[in-house]
Amino acid sequence: MTKPNPGTLGTGTVVLVLGVFLLLQTNGTLELTAGESLGGLGVCVVLALIASSFSRRIALRGAEPEDEELASVALGREAGRISKVGFALGILLGAGLLFAWANGSLEAVGKVALAALVVTIALILISAPFWIAMVRRLGTERVARARSEERSDVAAHLHDSVLQTLALIQKRSDEPEQVARLARRQERELREWLADDRPTRPDERLADALRATAAEIEDSHGTPIEAIVVGDTPLDDRTRALVGAAREALTNAAKFAAAGGPVRLYAEIDHGDARVFIDDRGPGFDPDAIPNDRRGVRESIIGRMNRHGGRAEIRSEPGDGTEVELSIRAGGR
Amino acid sequence: MSPTPSVVIVDDHAIFRSGVKAELEGRVETLGEAETVEDAVRAITELGPEVVLLDVHMPGGGGVQVIEQVSKLRPQQRFLALSVSDDPSDVIAIVRAGARGYVTKTITGEELADAVRRVRDGDAVFSPRLAGFVLDAFAGDLPAEEVDPDLDQLTAREREVLRYIARGYLYKEIGLRLSISVKTVEAHVSSVLRKLQLSNRHELSRWAVSRRLVD
Repeated sequence: MTKPNPGTLGTGTVVLVLGVFLLLQTNGTLELTAGESLGGLGVCVVLALIASSFSRRIALRGAEPEDEELASVALGREAGRISKVGFALGILLGAGLLFAWANGSLEAVGKVALAALVVTIALILISAPFWIAMVRRLGTERVARARSEERSDVAAHLHDSVLQTLALIQKRSDEPEQVARLARRQERELREWLADDRPTRPDERLADALRATAAEIEDSHGTPIEAIVVGDTPLDDRTRALVGAAREALTNAAKFAAAGGPVRLYAEIDHGDARVFIDDRGPGFDPDAIPNDRRGVRESIIGRMNRHGGRAEIRSEPGDGTEVELSIRAGGR
Repeated sequence: MSPTPSVVIVDDHAIFRSGVKAELEGRVETLGEAETVEDAVRAITELGPEVVLLDVHMPGGGGVQVIEQVSKLRPQQRFLALSVSDDPSDVIAIVRAGARGYVTKTITGEELADAVRRVRDGDAVFSPRLAGFVLDAFAGDLPAEEVDPDLDQLTAREREVLRYIARGYLYKEIGLRLSISVKTVEAHVSSVLRKLQLSNRHELSRWAVSRRLVD
């Protein structure tokens, strides 16, 4: 049953009621006159007509305009299923009645109980579409409510972020560096927000920690940092040391190499082994000429990596940018 | 082949089209512009540019649609995708549809002109981010019986080249580092592009269907 067919329900009802009446009549349980039988038939037809017109109207009312087609298809299918169930119930009921009558136990119940039973079943079947439509309408309302809540969330987010940034940009249009910085931060935040099918966990995962560190230094120094991370591993003491060293290298690059275009961080994590490269196209320097008191490079990068069983290599030449490679193996091997 | 490559710019934002056109001025000849899939197919078939600069998201279907429709009429047409989106599913989808490269809209005019020239000459153009995606997609071991070694795995050299691209190195710098010629670097990248377009690795299809970014 794929087409909406509210008439099915009516037909089902008629057949069922007629069947029961016919059974009882031929048994002699009801002992109706010809006139009474005809009246009963008339009532059945009227009930069937009411049922079918009801179910059609309810089917259409229960649905949002955009969902109307979908709803009436679904409803038709449900009504079809219900009337099939009705048929089955009718047959079972008929069989039960036949059995009871054959036992002679029915006589005590009498005509009244039987008639009441028949009417009750008919009422249940007639009102079925109403209940289906009600359930359906509640579902549609829930979806609509969820949609409007989502829209409010989006509006609130855009208001707090993008609109604020645009306002700031207009105020500072004579400060190109500030404008670029604001636009870049907003771009990064918006991208994160759009791709947010997974919460970032910079306190637990190495990849998120590296990205968050790059974003933080980009913000505090105003130098664009492109971070590309392949693979991931949980944070532990040794990977935390790696993030610390990367932070130091990024800070140096952001401070001294801003004129050479974006600073790049590329990290590759594979089975717990991690390699991080920080490249800039700044003025470069002679690594052998680092004074011993420059704690930044010696302590925070090289020393820190060595203490955790890792390695730091710095390649730079005056005029040719700087390249820092940090590597650490799983379990400090 | 003329030394100045010709392009048609397909993007639904007029501001962006005029910006790209101005940046390419003198380096690349812009034959025409289009802002819908339909216009794009007509302009490309009429003007016959050497390269189509193609936005990923457009009303009425997007860059993948343009590639599919134009390829039926001009199977040799070359496309370079240019997008603000760095969503892996977008990138992978358009490259697998047939684009010979993917660059983001923050690229400088000079780099873009260089990328157009490479695509015109039949080479592939990978942005650092695309290189990162590819390394990610081809990471991990597959069960031996499922691997088509020709398509599903990168060679050590290809990995090395991609790693340098992800770090922002230019082809000639990569050549110097690895002591190979620029032509060889280009050959490695083209080979990676072929694998990206033809491999059936599950990560690639997973990416193509997951995560959709709004236009």
